[in-house]
Amino acid sequence: MMEAFDPAAVGWARAQFALTAMYHWMFVPLTLGLSCLLAFFETFYFRTGNPEWKRITRFWMRLFAVNFAIGIATGLILEFQFGTNWSHYSWMVGDIFGAPLAIEVLFAFFLEATFFAVMFFGWERVSPRFHLFSTWMVAIGSSLSALWILVANAWMQHPVGMTFNPDLARFEMQDIGALITSPAAVTHFLHATSSSFVLSALFVLSVCSWYLLKGRHPRLAVRSILVASVFGLLSSLLVILSGDQAAYDAARFQPMKLAAMEGLYQGEQPAGLVVFGLLNPDKQPGDDRPTFRHPLHLPFLLSLLANHRLDSFVPGIDDLLYGNPEQGIEGVAEKMARGREALAFLSRYRQARQHGDAEAAALNLEAFRQIEDRLGFAYLNHPEEAVPHVPTLFYGFHVMVALGFLFPLIFLLYLALAYRGRLSRHRWLLRFGLLLVPLGFAASQLGWVVTEMGRQPWAIQNILPVHVAQSSLAATTVQSTFFIFLALLTLLFIAELRIMLNQIRIGPEEEKR
Amino acid sequence: MTLDHFQLQQLWWVLLSLVGALLLAMTFVQGGQTLLWTTTRGEQERTLVVNALGRKWELTFTLLVLFGGAFFAAFPRFYAVSFGGAYWLWMLILITFVLQGVSFEFRNKAGNLFGPRGYEGFLFLNGSLGLLALGAAVGTLFTGGSFVIDGSGRMSWGTPLHGLEALLTPYNVILGLALVLTARVLGALYLIQAIEAPNLTERLRESAWKNLLAALPLILFLLLRWHGMTGYGYAADGAIVAVAGKYLDNLIALGLFGIGFAAIGLALLAGGTGMARFTPVRGGVWLAAAGALLFGLALFLVCGLNETAFYPSLLDPAASLTIRNASSSRYTLAVMAWAALSVPLILGYVAYVWRLMGARPLVADEVKNDPHHSY
Repeated sequence: MMEAFDPAAVGWARAQFALTAMYHWMFVPLTLGLSCLLAFFETFYFRTGNPEWKRITRFWMRLFAVNFAIGIATGLILEFQFGTNWSHYSWMVGDIFGAPLAIEVLFAFFLEATFFAVMFFGWERVSPRFHLFSTWMVAIGSSLSALWILVANAWMQHPVGMTFNPDLARFEMQDIGALITSPAAVTHFLHATSSSFVLSALFVLSVCSWYLLKGRHPRLAVRSILVASVFGLLSSLLVILSGDQAAYDAARFQPMKLAAMEGLYQGEQPAGLVVFGLLNPDKQPGDDRPTFRHPLHLPFLLSLLANHRLDSFVPGIDDLLYGNPEQGIEGVAEKMARGREALAFLSRYRQARQHGDAEAAALNLEAFRQIEDRLGFAYLNHPEEAVPHVPTLFYGFHVMVALGFLFPLIFLLYLALAYRGRLSRHRWLLRFGLLLVPLGFAASQLGWVVTEMGRQPWAIQNILPVHVAQSSLAATTVQSTFFIFLALLTLLFIAELRIMLNQIRIGPEEEKR
Repeated sequence: MTLDHFQLQQLWWVLLSLVGALLLAMTFVQGGQTLLWTTTRGEQERTLVVNALGRKWELTFTLLVLFGGAFFAAFPRFYAVSFGGAYWLWMLILITFVLQGVSFEFRNKAGNLFGPRGYEGFLFLNGSLGLLALGAAVGTLFTGGSFVIDGSGRMSWGTPLHGLEALLTPYNVILGLALVLTARVLGALYLIQAIEAPNLTERLRESAWKNLLAALPLILFLLLRWHGMTGYGYAADGAIVAVAGKYLDNLIALGLFGIGFAAIGLALLAGGTGMARFTPVRGGVWLAAAGALLFGLALFLVCGLNETAFYPSLLDPAASLTIRNASSSRYTLAVMAWAALSVPLILGYVAYVWRLMGARPLVADEVKNDPHHSY
């Protein structure tokens, strides 16, 4: 009995990937940011010899360790999931995609694994200098691991540096330099790491706000807040700069994603930005219904955001879906037709090869090469599939951006008040501070929702749709593992949360007298 | 110096074998986890064992991730076929490792939901069932899987058990059991070296020896079974065909790297354990782990080199995976080979830190005096 290709399975496979990725991303941002903060705190200790900094370092290190362990555990599923649930993906692009993953392990995970043990257990076993070195190595290892995994993800958004091998029916890497230096990779890395730094700074602010509200550990709290808000403020600026670059990248590499993020159906020149509005639920591509109710519209801004030019044209969903000859945009239906032609040339090439007809093979291969960039579209069933879910993208993007602009103001406020020693008097701010962790996570998770949902229906933009990328598994099989992981990860998350809250309640070690 | 595609494919099989063998040597963490309830007496000893293992678990875990990642990068077809096909077997393995990942850190913390015994149970599960399943998965490199691959490269699996059938094949199960027992030997030996606790050490010396005596017949069976066991390899015309006694042929053909490594490996494993049992020496683990490493190398090299299918298809021998047809392109293998030049550096700093952190054995007081930074 062969298990056939099951179209219903793709929904479950996507749900499982989303579930495991989102749980993983509950822990990774804290690992990325806290590891840097630990390195800062310990550097201050090393420089000043002030035991208070050591106490601060050790306290946050304990929270870091709880979070680090579960981050590693959830990451394991993600790596192997490419094989288990996306096995055709693994074959089609493993030649390209596997390399950054393996390099990530070599260059980053071993650093983290080796030096974490020193950082956590080595206080009495190695010299202070080597301990500090180890803490920095954990921070550097974490960011390196983010670099390689984001190179891999950026490649899915904007595939570069490869060629299609018609004999093996797969893509092969031609230039790893192009993968690493791809603008999408650089932007992705900067945006994901800087936003993670922001999130970890918000975490520190939240925990310390609680201490100040309770009147506990004021010295630790204020010092931690000072360092974290400077770190958060600087990182916030990087978030905004790299976010702007991400929109610019999307305009060039994933215009459909950008159009959906902005709820732009008809292209405009110049294009304005809807800062906020309610989407009309009846709106469909190609109809004349208004897109928004009560939009707050700012002229020129979208042109500026997308193309860094005030008077430029920004294509809408309709332009990209149905084509816009004036702007030289090919519609999805035409791309699908070209894709099917490409597929036909490919299959004639392979037949000719089988029959030893070298001339026919060469002719068909050349014809295929002319239109091979449309190959992925051959697998779409109807053009509308090419449009991602607009409400998810529009609301997700706008909430994320609003929060992204709010956070630096909060850091500034905390910094100013903590610097003047007046923080404890502003209890409203401290109470609001307790909300910073959920708000930070909301922004961070929404960023990934927009990134990944905006790429739909593609696993790799314009090359491989998700339903082709999946394994040949029955929907019930994937459904079962989805629920197993849902139960497992939720239980472990609850355990982690309770341990974290307990550790926060216990607080730092007693001061040594 | 430039290597051609086939040379790079062989190089990568050797590197993967090395990672697999290192992973085998590092399964002392899992082995130690299964000794937690049986060999220790009282909470203090148990905590000591958890802390000694907890300083190393991440390295083993990272090797597993590297094993997967390197397979993905170097032999993506295996990654696609085995993980996508033997789905439930790999899920079982992954789940036990996910549980392991949190257990050291969470075990002794207030509010951890499952209690210390719960997390010790997870550790036991990982060391027993998880390792058994991992051994069975390695066994399928010899016994094969039920897959076919169509013209567009799409793989389909032939059994509804999706990989769990591997646990019904005696050869795989015996390999899995041998792995669990060897890991227990290594685990006991590691703990002897890492911990200062005289009574516990005596029990560990006994345990290492007993587990070795249980493991040896299974390991010998695995080797002797190769006599007459069918493997798959390339015929002269390039087709992949069944070859009787293929693995035994390979073992001998590989010479020092085959039968040599296997024999020296077994001797070192037995010698290291014997030293621990019959002398007061504490460093038996180094010999035994080196032995496991050499034996593991021989095992992996035998199943992939010498024109052998390292993952036979039970449904369509022609679809069997070899290092030629399952590999990445020449370019990717070359890029990865450059990246692999970092391996000596990595081994270097891992070894340096290991020595630094293990300069004196762990004692109960150290764990007790620093409750905030211990497991």
